[in-house]
Formats: sequence, C-alpha cells, structure tokens
Amino acid sequence: MDLTGFAAAVGPDGPVTIAGLSTRGGAVAGVRCVSAPSGIEWIQADEMTVRCGAGTPIDELAAALAEHGQRTVLPDGGTVGGALAVGRSGIRRLGDGAMRDALLQAVYVGADGAIVTAGGPTVKNVSGFDVCRLLVGSWGTLGFLGDVILRTRPIAPHSQWFARDTSAPLETFAAVHRPVSVLWDGSRVHVLLEGHRLDVADQAARAGLRESAAPPMPPSPRARHLFAPSAVVGVTASLEPGTFLAELGLGVVHAAPDALPAREPDPGVAAIEHRMKARFDPAGRLNPGVAPGAGAASAGTHP
Amino acid sequence: MNAVTPSVVDDLRTVLGADRVRTGSTELGLYRRDASNIEGSAGVVCFPETTHEVREVVRVAGRHGVPFVARGSGTGLAGGATPIGGAIVVVLTRMNHVLSVDPVNRLAWVEPGVLNLDLSRAVAHLGLHFAPDPSSQQSCSIGGNVANNSGGPHCLADGVTSAHVLAVEVVLPDGDVVVLGGEGGEGDGLDLRGAFVGSEGMCGIATRICVRLTQNPSDVRTMLFDFDTVEDGARTVSAIIAAGMVPAALEMMDRLCVQAVEAYIHAGLPTEAAAVLLVEVAGPPHGVADDERRIVEIARTHRCRTVRVAQDEAERALLWKGRKTAFGAVARIKPNYYLHDTVVPRRALPAVLEQVYEIADRHGILVMNVFHAGDGNLHPLLVFDKREPGMMEKVHAAGDEIVRVSVAAGGVLSGEHGIGLEKRDLMPLMFGPADLAAQAALRSAFDTTGLANPTKVLPSPAGCGDSHHLPEGAWI
Repeated sequence: MDLTGFAAAVGPDGPVTIAGLSTRGGAVAGVRCVSAPSGIEWIQADEMTVRCGAGTPIDELAAALAEHGQRTVLPDGGTVGGALAVGRSGIRRLGDGAMRDALLQAVYVGADGAIVTAGGPTVKNVSGFDVCRLLVGSWGTLGFLGDVILRTRPIAPHSQWFARDTSAPLETFAAVHRPVSVLWDGSRVHVLLEGHRLDVADQAARAGLRESAAPPMPPSPRARHLFAPSAVVGVTASLEPGTFLAELGLGVVHAAPDALPAREPDPGVAAIEHRMKARFDPAGRLNPGVAPGAGAASAGTHP
Repeated sequence: MNAVTPSVVDDLRTVLGADRVRTGSTELGLYRRDASNIEGSAGVVCFPETTHEVREVVRVAGRHGVPFVARGSGTGLAGGATPIGGAIVVVLTRMNHVLSVDPVNRLAWVEPGVLNLDLSRAVAHLGLHFAPDPSSQQSCSIGGNVANNSGGPHCLADGVTSAHVLAVEVVLPDGDVVVLGGEGGEGDGLDLRGAFVGSEGMCGIATRICVRLTQNPSDVRTMLFDFDTVEDGARTVSAIIAAGMVPAALEMMDRLCVQAVEAYIHAGLPTEAAAVLLVEVAGPPHGVADDERRIVEIARTHRCRTVRVAQDEAERALLWKGRKTAFGAVARIKPNYYLHDTVVPRRALPAVLEQVYEIADRHGILVMNVFHAGDGNLHPLLVFDKREPGMMEKVHAAGDEIVRVSVAAGGVLSGEHGIGLEKRDLMPLMFGPADLAAQAALRSAFDTTGLANPTKVLPSPAGCGDSHHLPEGAWI
C-alpha cells in the first residue's frame, strides 16, 4: 500500500481533488486529481475485519470477502473510499446499521500533506475523539482517505425479498422482526428478510408477504430526501405511486429532485461545519467548492 | 482559565435559584470525583432542569472564563467527570424524563439523566429495549453513555452507543443550542452527531438525546462452557465468529473470577476450570436453535469440559448474575480493586492474558479477568488492599504495563471506559502528533472557548494551552 506516494501526490499546497471510479460524482472539474491506493491488504475473518486501500473497488472487496462468507455494509458500486466519503448507506441500513459504523480505522492524507491515523484496528474502541465518524460523509473536504480498516459481517444463510400490496405499510413494518429493509412505493410495501430459511418463511407468512424481486429504484434523476421517519407516509401521500421509494423507519425518500421540498440547513450546525473545515483545511484546497451533502441531487447516488 | 468566585456563584443563583447552586463542603466533596480513583476539586455544583437552564449556566461559565464539567451518575471509570481546578460541576440527574417514544419507528427522545436500564424498562411493554447495556446500567445515565460511547456485553451484535444515538440536542460551550443528527439517523453534511458521541464532555453538554430502540428477540438461549485452558476458551470464541455467527454476547471469566463469583452467588459455576465462557444467542427460533447446536459443537471441538444451557429464564438470569456481579464478588477477597479496560484482537487474547498474569504476579497483585471476549475487550481487575505500604504504586505500575502490552499486541487504549484523565498521557502509544492534532481540531470546532471539561483526553501540547496538572489518584 503506497501511502507515502499517495501523500506526496496530494502534497502540501494548491487545489487538489480525488476520484475513484467516479460513481458518486467524481473529481472536481479543472482541479489536479489524485487517486487513493487500491488493493486488499488483509482479511481477518475470525476478527471480522478487513484492511484495504480506499481506491479498492467495492465489487472486488465484496468478491474477496464472499470467499470467507463475509461482506461489508458498504453500498454496491464504486470504490471503498468513494462510498465512505459520500457516507450514504444503501437500502439495507435498517438491518445493517449505518455504513459509518463500519469504519474502524482510517489512514488519510490531511490538507498539509501529512499522513494521519484516525480510530484503531479493533472492533471496539473509544480511544480519543472519533475522527473516523467525521470523515465518513465529509466528501473529501477534510482529508483524503488512503486506507481503511472495516468491520465485516457474516453473509446470512438465506436472503429473500417479499412484497405486499397495501395502503397501510406501517402495519407490515410493525409485523416483521428486525427486517433488513422495508421500502414503500405508494401502493406496495417491499421487505427484505434474512436469516434462517424457516424463520424467514414463518415471518413472511405471519405478515402476509409473498416472495418477489427487489424493487426497482425510481428513475434518474433522483435525490435522497430526508424526513423524520414518522412523517414519511404523510409526505409521500401526494406522490404518484411508483415514482418514489421510501425507506420506512429511516425517513429516507428516493424521488425526483423537485418532488419534495428541500430542508434548510440549520445555521448553528453550519457554523460548526464551517469551523471544522477551517481547522482541517484552512486554505480550502481539498475538493474545493464541494459542500458535504450538497452534491447529493446532482451526483445521482445509487442506493 | 479562572476560578469560581462569589460573583460566579451569584450569577448561577440568578439562573437556578439558591437551592440548586451548592457550595457546601458536602456537595463539593461528593462531586470532586467520578467512580475512578482520581480526585479533583469542584468550585461549585449546580443542578439545572431544562435546556434553557443548562445554556444559562454555560453562559455564566463563559462570561467568567470558568471551566465546566457535565456529569450524570458519576459511574465513569476514567476520571472523565472529575472536575479539575475548581470547575463548575453541572449535574444533569434532575433532567431524567423520557420525553417521547415513537413505538412505530422505534425511537425515543430522552433527557440525559435518564438511567440506562430505566429506559429499557419504560419501553419493555412495547417489546423494545435500548441496546447498549454497560454493567453499570442500573445506575449510569444515557447522557454519560453518550459522552463515553459506552458499550456492554450485548454490543457485540448490536453495536455501541454511537450506533443507537440518532440525534443529540447540545448546548455548545459558546452557549448556542444545536441539534446534531436527526431522527432518520443519516443526514447530509458532516456527521457531527458521530463526532460528539464519545467526546467525553469536551464538546458541549447533551440536553436531549434521540435514541434508537431495538426489538426484543423472540428467542434467547444462554450457554455456559468451561475449559481447562484460557486458550481453548479463546479459540472457541474465534471459531464461533469465523463460522459466521455473531452471538448476542460472548463473555469470559477466568478461574479466580469464577471462584469469587461462585462463593458470592452459589450458581453452581465450575470453580476448577481455567476459563468459563458465557454465550448468548438471540433471534427467531430456528436460527437460535441452529446457532446453539453449532456453538456447542465448536466448544466440544475445543475440548470444553461441560456444557450448561439455561433451561428457563430463572437459570438464564442466574448465569448472567454471575457475570454482572463479578465486581461485587471481589470485595470478599480484598477491599480494593482497579478495573482496567483495553481491547486486543481476538486472536491475541490468550497471549495477552498470559502477559497480564505475569505482570500482576511480578508486582505481587491478584488479578482476575472478566471480559467481553467476543470483541476482545479485556477487563483485568486488579484486586488489592491499599493499606499495604507501596501497594498503590504497584497497582499503577501494573496497570500501565497492561495497557502497553495490549496496544503492542495490536489493540487500543480503551474499549468502553474512555480516556478521561486516566489514560490521557498514554494516547501517544496509539497516536502520533498529527493524529492528535486532528483530534484537537475536532474538539476546538465544537468548543471555541476551551472551557468544556478541559485537560481531558488529549495530552499536551495537543490540548492547546489547557492546564495539565494531574490530580491525586492518577497513575499515568
């Protein structure tokens, strides 16, 4: 893993951007571009951890882990670093937990070109401030990820999508035990259940679900709209069924960018974010012009 | 930083009234430490009851340039809530209301003084619980859990506190009030919520917390295995994980600990075994039955001596009682104990435990181990009588060595107790100057005043001008 070379490429001054496979937006136009190291350093199946370069394609990582019966909770497509920098879990977040919780250690290059380590290699760690959480979802504005240690999970013995036509999706949501995903498209609720084959079948039968394929995402362009979970069924009531997909329990609605009102950022929170950027990257050289989260609608992120 | 003066006390009394701002020797004595051995000094103790009052207290502190320390139940073990240099102690135990519960989306808003177990009890009728379960869960507060990103036996499968905190209302050290995160749990923008959780009171004071609630499992199976060697027990743990199972809990006790516990609770524990492993699997019935069968098989492959599966809830409670009362049991052996907290890779557990025994032996101290084997979270418990001359020096020296061998084995300084004052000066074992500077930057973006619980976590010079006098009882 050539972290030293990566740090030298980032350097100590001048605007610089980073790109992996450009799945989630890619490089800032007109700015010198670097790439993170790629490749799997090790897989420790009995520790449920993996160390790899941030430039490693997620598909490559997934294939290597599958040989050990394990997986990460990163969403499909693009690179490990890209997924972490954008910080958006896939539609399995209800069951998997948020992607940010999978990042145990990050070695990144800071705005001064120095190599910095955040977090630690073990699955449990509260040593010092949690810079890892800050990096996930920072869109490369605080530092460029070089290599990471991720927590892995076992691949469930059985995994099956189910569906039910209903106008009361929350009844289904309440009826299933620790589902991996519950999605609502306005007329149909889609449920992903995993575990022992017989438990999955029992649960599906109890909730009146029938086997189905995974639901399609709404067509591009689409955005990820955020609400309080309790508001989701209400705010999507005005939308045409099938034009959106809502993640129940999580308040996420995937729909056309202008389909739902955008939320105004809180000025107090924005002030902390501003100070954070000023301290981590005083010259504003890392991914100039990018505001974490704001690139959402245009980047066309995959679930 | 300034000291508490009569005018500070007057200003606080204007905000809270006289009876909730205390300067008597009893209160100042009571609040000069947490559950660690480290003593500081409190300048004044105050008891706000609302976010507004917390904000006004913080503003008084800012106006006078006096440091403040937020505190819940004071069960912390790293000195995180120990006030240094006569700080204002902000006690949040009166903010102890469960504000709202959304049983459909499985979340609740609570005040920071709500006790961990009280929340689970309050939502039990809904078939829900709050997953982080520190051993102190009967007395520790959720605000304290947030400050320390607390763990517990069941965090192996369900994750530590950070994974269960969706949003936090925070009074920032400059007196602003912000909500970090949101009920949905994954917003746009920086994850300031994630940065705040575990910041040990140095980024502001949490005044309302939105937590995720977890569905209770329909089936639970609790098993007890015992082994002739610690190594066989540890290998069983690794083999269970490598086989693709993540039990709800995987806890281990060594011989001395089992003997102490058995003498205390008479649960029929195997006192002649070198290690006892408590395994719990939870979930829907078929998966649980399958896991039980496979785990028993793995334990047998690793030469387990006996298998005991709890036959009913009473037996399950008894087995867990053994684990959770270990610290109480210790009092029968020696009057004092010092509980450590480090994490090592699971595969390093046998070797590190050997080193822990060797270190304790060399210093002439008894050590017993009771720990979260599933995530490699060691809790060596040094048992001693502090009246013996020179004993505290030995205890501190042994503790220092235990932390060092853990980190050298690829581990970390703390798994769930935090850094506080206890391990502040050991941070360079894990982090270089650039790493510590990044952590200091994180902190200062939240706390522009430097008044929120100063002198903790970050060793000088990363703490930027904090006073670094180490108080009585610190062993680092």
